[in-house]
Amino acid sequence: MTLLVVENLNKRFGGVVAARNVSFALAAGEMLAMIGPNGAGKSTSFNMVGGQLRPDSGRVVLAGQDITGLPPRAICRLGVGRSFQVAQPFLSVSVLENLQMALIAHAGRTRDMISRADALFRDEALGLLAELGMADAAARPMNTLAYGDVKRVELAIALAGKPRLLLMDEPTAGMAPGERAALMRLVAAIARRSSIGVLFTEHDMDAVFAHADRILVLVRGEIIAAGSPEEVRANPEVQRVYLGTSGLRAALRARAAAHG
Amino acid sequence: MSVEFSFLLVQALSGLASASSLFIIASGLTLVFGVTRIVNFAHGSFYMLGAYMAVTIVPWLLQIERSPTLFFLGVLLSAFVVGLLGVAMEILLLRRIYKVPELFQLLATFGVVLMVQDAVLHIWGPLDISGPRAPGLRHGVMILDQRFPAYELFLICAGPLVLGLLWLLMHKTRFGILLRAATRDREMVGALGVNQALLFTGTLFLGAFLAGLGGALQIPRVAASAQMDLSIITEAFVVTVIGGMGSIGGAFLAALLIGQLQAFGVLIFPKITLVLVFLLMALVLVVKPWGLLGRPEAAPPSAMPEGIASPRGFGVLDKILAVLALLLAAMLPLFGDAYAVKVATEVLIFALAAFSLNFLVGNGGIVSFGHAAYFGLGAYASALMVTRLGLPMEPALLAAPLAGGFFAALFGYFIVRLQGIYLAMLTLAFAQIAYAVCFQWVEVTGGDNGIVGVWPSTWAASRSAYHYLVLVAAVLGIFALRHVIYAPFGASLRAARDSSARAEAIGIDVRAHRWLGFTIAGAAAGLAGGLYAFSKGSIDPTLLGIPLSVDFLAMILLGGMQSVMGPVLGAAAFHSIKDIFMPLTDHWRFLLGAAIIALVLIFPRGLGGAYASLRARFARGGAP
Amino acid sequence: MGSIFLGRRALLAGGAGLAAAAAGRGAAAQGAPIRIGELNSYSRMAAFCIPYRNAMQLAAEQINAVGGVMGGRRLEFIFRDDGATPGDAVRVAEELLTRENVAFIAGTFLSNVGLAVADFANQRKRLFFATEPLSDALTMAQGNRYTWRLRPSTFMQTRMLVEAARGRTQKRWAIVAPNYEYGQSAAANFKRLIGSAIPGAEIIAEQYPALGRVDAGATVGALAQARPDAIFNVLFGPDLTAFVREGNTRGLFERRFVLSLLTGEPEYMIPLGDETPEGWVVTGYPWDQVEGAEHRAFVAAYRARFNDTPRKGSLLGYVTVQVLANMLNRANSLDNEVLVDTLRDLRTDTVVGNVTMRGIDQQGTMGTWVGETTQRNGQGIMRNARYADGADFMFPEEEVRAARRA
Repeated sequence: MTLLVVENLNKRFGGVVAARNVSFALAAGEMLAMIGPNGAGKSTSFNMVGGQLRPDSGRVVLAGQDITGLPPRAICRLGVGRSFQVAQPFLSVSVLENLQMALIAHAGRTRDMISRADALFRDEALGLLAELGMADAAARPMNTLAYGDVKRVELAIALAGKPRLLLMDEPTAGMAPGERAALMRLVAAIARRSSIGVLFTEHDMDAVFAHADRILVLVRGEIIAAGSPEEVRANPEVQRVYLGTSGLRAALRARAAAHG
Repeated sequence: MSVEFSFLLVQALSGLASASSLFIIASGLTLVFGVTRIVNFAHGSFYMLGAYMAVTIVPWLLQIERSPTLFFLGVLLSAFVVGLLGVAMEILLLRRIYKVPELFQLLATFGVVLMVQDAVLHIWGPLDISGPRAPGLRHGVMILDQRFPAYELFLICAGPLVLGLLWLLMHKTRFGILLRAATRDREMVGALGVNQALLFTGTLFLGAFLAGLGGALQIPRVAASAQMDLSIITEAFVVTVIGGMGSIGGAFLAALLIGQLQAFGVLIFPKITLVLVFLLMALVLVVKPWGLLGRPEAAPPSAMPEGIASPRGFGVLDKILAVLALLLAAMLPLFGDAYAVKVATEVLIFALAAFSLNFLVGNGGIVSFGHAAYFGLGAYASALMVTRLGLPMEPALLAAPLAGGFFAALFGYFIVRLQGIYLAMLTLAFAQIAYAVCFQWVEVTGGDNGIVGVWPSTWAASRSAYHYLVLVAAVLGIFALRHVIYAPFGASLRAARDSSARAEAIGIDVRAHRWLGFTIAGAAAGLAGGLYAFSKGSIDPTLLGIPLSVDFLAMILLGGMQSVMGPVLGAAAFHSIKDIFMPLTDHWRFLLGAAIIALVLIFPRGLGGAYASLRARFARGGAP
Repeated sequence: MGSIFLGRRALLAGGAGLAAAAAGRGAAAQGAPIRIGELNSYSRMAAFCIPYRNAMQLAAEQINAVGGVMGGRRLEFIFRDDGATPGDAVRVAEELLTRENVAFIAGTFLSNVGLAVADFANQRKRLFFATEPLSDALTMAQGNRYTWRLRPSTFMQTRMLVEAARGRTQKRWAIVAPNYEYGQSAAANFKRLIGSAIPGAEIIAEQYPALGRVDAGATVGALAQARPDAIFNVLFGPDLTAFVREGNTRGLFERRFVLSLLTGEPEYMIPLGDETPEGWVVTGYPWDQVEGAEHRAFVAAYRARFNDTPRKGSLLGYVTVQVLANMLNRANSLDNEVLVDTLRDLRTDTVVGNVTMRGIDQQGTMGTWVGETTQRNGQGIMRNARYADGADFMFPEEEVRAARRA
C-alpha cells in the first residue's frame, strides 16, 4: 500500500528555488533514495516531509492523512522517525539513556515528574541496541562513541518510535566504507522485516544502488528522473548532469556486488 | 511652527550625540563578543577607566598648552592605556579560561568589575572628578534659534567616524579580516593556523580601547564617578543585542534607535528612561529573535553541552554528607549564636533560589540573567498579601510561588522562543521591566522604599522557629526540584538542551517543555523570595534587580552548574564569602571579586565539580 | 550546609572582638566601653560616608580623651558596610546586635535601607538612630518608637528652599529630579509648598531621569522647550555635573531662577568646579564661613586629623556623636527603652548650635545652610549663606499626628 504521498512541493529561499513541484510516493517496506548534486534540494525536500520546513505549497500525505506543515513532533507521533545529516544525539548522556529518552517520548511520558527516568524502558532500550549490535556500548557516554556508532544509535533512536516511515538524511555520511555497507544492510533488513518505508538521501552511490528499490534524482529543486536503479542508471540526462562516468561505474559495481 | 521645528531638530541632534557615544562603547563590546564569545561584563569598567584616565591625563597635557590637539591626544592616550589594561586582562585572566564554559568567563569578568570599582575608589578617591572641557569646543552653536553644544556636534561625527575606521580595519587589514573570520566561525581560524592567542589579545585591546575612548570622550560632559561602569554596561549590552551580537553595523543602528527614542521619549513620558531601553529590547527580540542585523547561530551540533549530564544518584559518601549537612542546619539553633542562625537561614533561601536557577541553566540550558525577577515577585506577592490584604504569613507564603510561577509563565512564553545570549538578554529585559514596575508603581508597591512590616506569624517569629520553617520549605523545594531533574521531565529538558532538533524529531514539544520548566523554576524562586521577605521584614525593588540575578548566577557557577547539588554548595560559599569580607574592610568588593576570580581559576568546574573529581580520584585510588 | 564556612566566619569575628576588647581595657580606666553599631554605605556612597565616619571617629576620640560617657566609659563605634541594599543591611544590623553586642545601632544612607533597618529595629525593640536617610516616611507614615532621625528631611530642606524663594515673581516652574523616592518626594513637597510662597506659581514641566543615568542633552532640551521662569532641581552627584554642564552650554540657566537641593554641600559642589552656576539658591554647607568658636574648632581639628576639608557628611557625623553622647550621659543606662525615652525632646548643644530631638515625630531640629552659589578661584562656594534652623521647618504637628496614627 502507499505509505507516503508527496504532491507538488515548492519551497523558495529568497530568490532561490530549493524545491519545485516535487512529487513522489513511497510504499510500506520500500526503500526510496533521493540523490542529486550538492544544493539540489534533497535536504529541503526531506525537511518538508519531516516537518522541519514548511512548504510554500504542495501536500504531504502520510497513510491518507495530510501532514503538511505539521511540526516535527506531531509528524513523529504519527509514525515518522528520522536521522540527521550531522548526527544529533543527546551528547551529555549514555547510549542507553539516549534510547530511553526516545522511548519515553514515544510513550508520551516526557512530562512525567514522578518516575525516575533511568528506570523506564530499560529492557526495550537494551533490546533495540542489541538489534543494532550495540548492546556492549549501552553504558558508554555518547560523546565517547566513534562516529559510525553514533550513526547507528541515531538509527536506533529513530526506530524507538516504532515508525511506519523512516527519514534518513545521509545516514552513512562520515562513516568508513565497510561500516556504510553494514549499516545500509541493517536498515534494509529492518525495513523489509517490519515493512517500514524508508526515504533516504545519500552521496554514496554504492549504498544507493545496492539498497534502494527506487531512486529519485533531484537537480536544482526538480525531480529530473525517477524509477528503479536500472532505469535511473540508464537515463541519459541523469548520466549527463549527475552521475558522470565515474559515478556510473560505481553504480554498476555496486549493483554487481549486491546481487553477485 | 518654526520654533517647534528647531526644537525637534535640536532634540534629534541631542539624540544623535548620545547615540554616537553609546555606539563607540557598544562597538567594542560587540567586537569582543563576536571573536571570543565572551560576554565581557568588565567592558563598563573599561569605559569608567577611560574617563578616569582622561580626567587625569588631559588636564596634565592642557597645562602645556590649551589646544584642541593636546586635548584629543590626551583622549586617545587614555583610550590607549585602557586598551593595554584590556590586554592585561586577556593575558592574565581570559587566556586561562577560554576552555571553561562561557558563563564562567562571564563570572570572571564580573569579578574584574568588582575589583576595578574598589581600585578606582582607592586610586582616585570617592569624590566625582570633573574633566576639562575641550578647548575650541566649549561654546554653543546656534542652530536656527536654539543653542547646541559644539562638542556634541563633534560627538555626532565621532560615531560614524569610528564606524568608518572600523569598517576599513575589518576589510582592509589582515587583522581585521581575521577578526571577521573569527566572528563567523571560530573553529576555522584555529584551522587556518592563525595564532589564536594573539588574535584574542588584539581583539581585547581593540575592545578595551573603544570602551576607554567612549569614556574619555565623555569627560567634557560628565564627571568621572565610581558608578559609571554599571550605568553604562547594561545599556551597551542592550545596544549590542538589539543590533545583533557581533554585528557592528547593527550596534550602530541600535544606538541610533535608542538615542532618538530617549530624546523624544522623555518629552512624552518623563519617567521612561528607567525602562525604555529594556522595553525596546524586549520588543525587538520578540519580533526579531537574533536582533536587527544578527545572524542566527546554532551551537555546533558536535559541541558537548555544558551543564548537568546524566545525574547520578547519591552515593554512600554523598548520603552521609547530605545527612550531616541537614543535621548541622537543623542543630544550628541549639549551638550556634543568633547571627549564625540568621545567616544559615539566608543561605537556605538562596540555596533554593540558586537551585531553581540551575534547574534552568544547568539542566535545561536556559541561561537566565533575570532570575531575581521571580524571586522578587514572590517576595512582593507575600508582602502585599500581608500589608494590603492583612493576611497572615501562611497564605501569604503560598502566594509567593504562585506569583513567581505566574510571571515566569507570562514572560517565559516569549523567552523560550529564543536561544543562547538572546534568550538570556530577554530574561534580563523582562526582569528590568518588572523591576521598573515595582519601582514606579508607588501607590501599590511603595516604590523604591519598598514595603516594610512583613514579619512572620507569632509561632514562627523567633529566629530559630523561622529557621526551621525555612529549612523545611527550602529542603522540600530543593528535593522536589531534584526529583524532577531525575524524572522524565528533567531528562526531556536535558534532551532539548543537547539537541533541540533531535528532541523535536522524537516527539518532544521542546518549547512547551522549556516553558513548563521555566514556570516551575520561577515558582521555586518565588517561594524563596517569599521566605526571604519574612526573614527580613521588608522588601524593595533591589530584590528584582540585576545585581541579585548576578549573585544567583555566581552561586550556581561557584557551586558548579554540572552538578545537581552544586548550587547549594555555591550559595553557601558565595554568601559566606560575602559575609566574611563585608565587615572586614570598605574594600570588600575588591576581595569578593578577587575571590570569585580565584575560584574560577582554581575550580573551573565549580566546587561541585571539584568535589566530583576528588571523589573519583579516591574511588580510583581505592580500587587496584 | 553553609555552616562549615560559618565556623570560620565566627572564628574571624571572635578574634577581632577579642582584640577590640583588649584594646578597650587598656584605654578606659573604668567600666566596659559602650559599643555602638554603625552601618552605612561606605563602599557605594563613599564620597559622603567616609568623611562622615572620619568625623565620628574624631568626635569619639575627643570625648574619650576627656573621660568618655556615663561616668568614664569609652565610646566605641563598630563600623560596618550595609551593602547599600536593605537585605544586606538588615543582616548586618542583626550581626551588630547579636554578635558584636552593640548597645544600639545608627547610620544608613539610602532611604530604602533606612526604612528597612527602622522596621527591623522596631521588630527587635532596639534603638535605631538614623543619621542620613532623607525620606519623610521614616519619621512620618512609617515612623516607629525606636527610630530617630537627625538630618533634616526632604520636606524640611525643600521647605527651607521654598521659603528662600518667598517674594519672588517667577510663576512658571519646571522640576527636574532623579527618578526615585528622594527625587519624587522632593518634587511632591515642592509642588505642595511653592503656591504658599509664590501665589499663582504653577508647574509647567517635569523631568525624572533615572538616577545616575541622566541623558543631559535630552533633559535640558525638554526643560528649555517648556520656557519656564524658574527651575527646581533635585539632581545631585554625577547627574548634577552633567546637567549643569549641558545647561550652561545651552543657556538653560540664563535669566532663570534656580532652586537646588543639596547643591551647596561640598560633596556635590567640589566636582562642579568652574562650572558652578551663578546665583542658584541652594541648601549646603559653607564650612569656611560658619561662625562660632565650637564649629571653628571642629573644622580645625578635622583638617589637622585628616588633612582634608570637612564635608557635609563630616558635620553630620560629628553632630551625631555629640547627640548620642549627650543621650548616654542623660540616660546613664543602656536599656533601649530608657534610651528612647531620653531622646524624646532631648536638647543638645552641638557645633551647629542647639539640636532638639523633637518627640512627636522623632526628628532632629538640626538645620542646614541656605545660600547662593557663586565662584571663587574656579571653585564653587556659597555666598550670603545663613543657617536655617530645622526647628522652623518641621512638619506641622497635626500633620505628624495624622501620619503617624495611620
